[in-house]
Amino acid sequence: MAEAVAVRGLSKRFGRFTAVDGIDLTVQEGEIFGFLGPNGAGKSTTIRMLCGILKPSGGCGRVAGLDLFRDAERIKRRIGYLSQQFSLYDDLTPYENLRLFLGIYRVAPSLWAERIEEAVASVGLRPDLHRIVRGLPPGARQRLALACALLHRPRLLFLDEPTSGVDPLARRAFWEFIGGLTRQGISAFVSTHHLEEADRCGRVALMHEGRIVACGPPRRLVAEVLPERPEAGLEDAFAILLRGRAA
Amino acid sequence: MNGRCVRELVRKEFLQLFRDRRNRPLLIVAPLLQLILFGYVVTTDVRETRLAVVDESRTPLSRSLIEAFAASPAFRLQASAADARSLEEDLLQRRVDLGIHIASDFAVRLTARRPAEVQLLFDGSLSHLTSQRAAAAQAVIEDWNRRLLSLGSEPRSPAGGGIEGRIRTWYNPNLESRPYFVPGIVAFLVMLLSLLFTSLAIVREKEAGTMEQLIVTPLRPVEFLLGKTIPFFLVAQGQMVLVIGFARAWFEVPLAGSAVFLFAASGLFLVCTLGVGLWISTVSRTQQQAVLTTFLFLVPFFLLSGFVFPIERMPLLVRAAARLNPLAHFLVIVRGVFLKGVGPTVLWPSCLALAGIGAIVFGAALLKFRKRPG
Repeated sequence: MAEAVAVRGLSKRFGRFTAVDGIDLTVQEGEIFGFLGPNGAGKSTTIRMLCGILKPSGGCGRVAGLDLFRDAERIKRRIGYLSQQFSLYDDLTPYENLRLFLGIYRVAPSLWAERIEEAVASVGLRPDLHRIVRGLPPGARQRLALACALLHRPRLLFLDEPTSGVDPLARRAFWEFIGGLTRQGISAFVSTHHLEEADRCGRVALMHEGRIVACGPPRRLVAEVLPERPEAGLEDAFAILLRGRAA
Repeated sequence: MNGRCVRELVRKEFLQLFRDRRNRPLLIVAPLLQLILFGYVVTTDVRETRLAVVDESRTPLSRSLIEAFAASPAFRLQASAADARSLEEDLLQRRVDLGIHIASDFAVRLTARRPAEVQLLFDGSLSHLTSQRAAAAQAVIEDWNRRLLSLGSEPRSPAGGGIEGRIRTWYNPNLESRPYFVPGIVAFLVMLLSLLFTSLAIVREKEAGTMEQLIVTPLRPVEFLLGKTIPFFLVAQGQMVLVIGFARAWFEVPLAGSAVFLFAASGLFLVCTLGVGLWISTVSRTQQQAVLTTFLFLVPFFLLSGFVFPIERMPLLVRAAARLNPLAHFLVIVRGVFLKGVGPTVLWPSCLALAGIGAIVFGAALLKFRKRPG
């Protein structure tokens, strides 16, 4: 499995509205792929299709080595997903949350103790393991959500705006953790609003009105759009790209 | 389907249910409180009908009739009114519920072997109560008549050899309303709680966003639904035990039949109510909507169940609708087991109906859920 995601002509229509309009995407193994764009650009719809939640209206492709159309259910076993709100049970403890997801991901019970230990150690949850989630700071909740999403050892992780509502320090720790994962060959598909985070990605794609406007390593994108301004950032480049589309 | 996965979901649901402190009184205290409240409120027994008498006869015979009324638990002698006019005033002011007017020729006619008349005045503005009070008064008079005839010294009935119906009421000999209503309350309470808890538990996941997380996992809809319904099935059965035990201990309602059969039947009933609860959860986005929708279902379920208003007296179309009501079938079973002590040999049609309704409702909810969980 050299490519974690490889789709062509992926599209989704809701009635007469086209949310995603025939996009091509590839994500390499061990790559952090940034998925950027304004609200309503079609990012979430795309992620939902790639996760097998939403059936695409057209296109073809493979996710985690499985066909997007025929094997949507099996894809779910190979991917991890972290939603924006870190959707965990906040009236349970981290331990109880972990245990539930071990069951849901059909991990053999003989491995449970080991997996929980591993998860706790990797995200640093030990002191909070038996405290009710509701009382934990957002950073700790986010780490728990990550731990839950990794319990079944997915090769591909989808992160939908994972850093919203988290303080800068926790955000930094989060990205370092993701970096560590990719060094183990795990791919991360991250949608984000924070453009400064895009610099941590190997490649980024900018989505606008259902289409991918630009795709490539962040530095190169900037250099292509604004060759005369070496000091310019991704933000400047995107502003020009989006304005160009609007005109 | 994966058993371990379902087990972990059930475990999680129980943890959430009992961890929330607000749930604990709801689970135990609420059903008992409602049982007590219903048990005392829902009663159609005629008790303590306030009685005023105008006795113009003033004879031992007329006094013995008045004493017969006074001796009945259904009546309480309030006062002797001076005349017919003040009797009417008493009724109008609702100081009494029944006025008895014994004419001056009462004893004279009786001893002359002629029929004597006693006027009974009821307040017809309370029609349902009055018909029962009238029946109770009629019973007192008939009883008094019979004693009068059997005394021997008195004249025999003019229609000497007529038919006298000897009425025996079986299963609830005194026709008390409590043994009739309390089993129904048990059924109604279990339905209310199972409907509410199931629909709320699923809608809460939608509100919290945890549903979205679950959809991205390999969790199958049927596993999720089992994980959601098994806990409430068990809780509802537990409440059955609690409420039935309490009904026996507090209201002294006898359980004539098999408790095991009753629980088996309530299992079928719960499949229906949990199915409806699931369906409600698929059409509700918020917990508030779920609660309101639940009550939308509860009212027709209640009215068309025969819990208070007999289905036999309803129009044909309404009777047909009542056949689709799981509560109606379960009430037949509950009353049969409680009062008559009958089992599956008699009650199998109701069990079959419950099983059929349950399969359809639960199946439909499952299909609807599969198509659009959110």
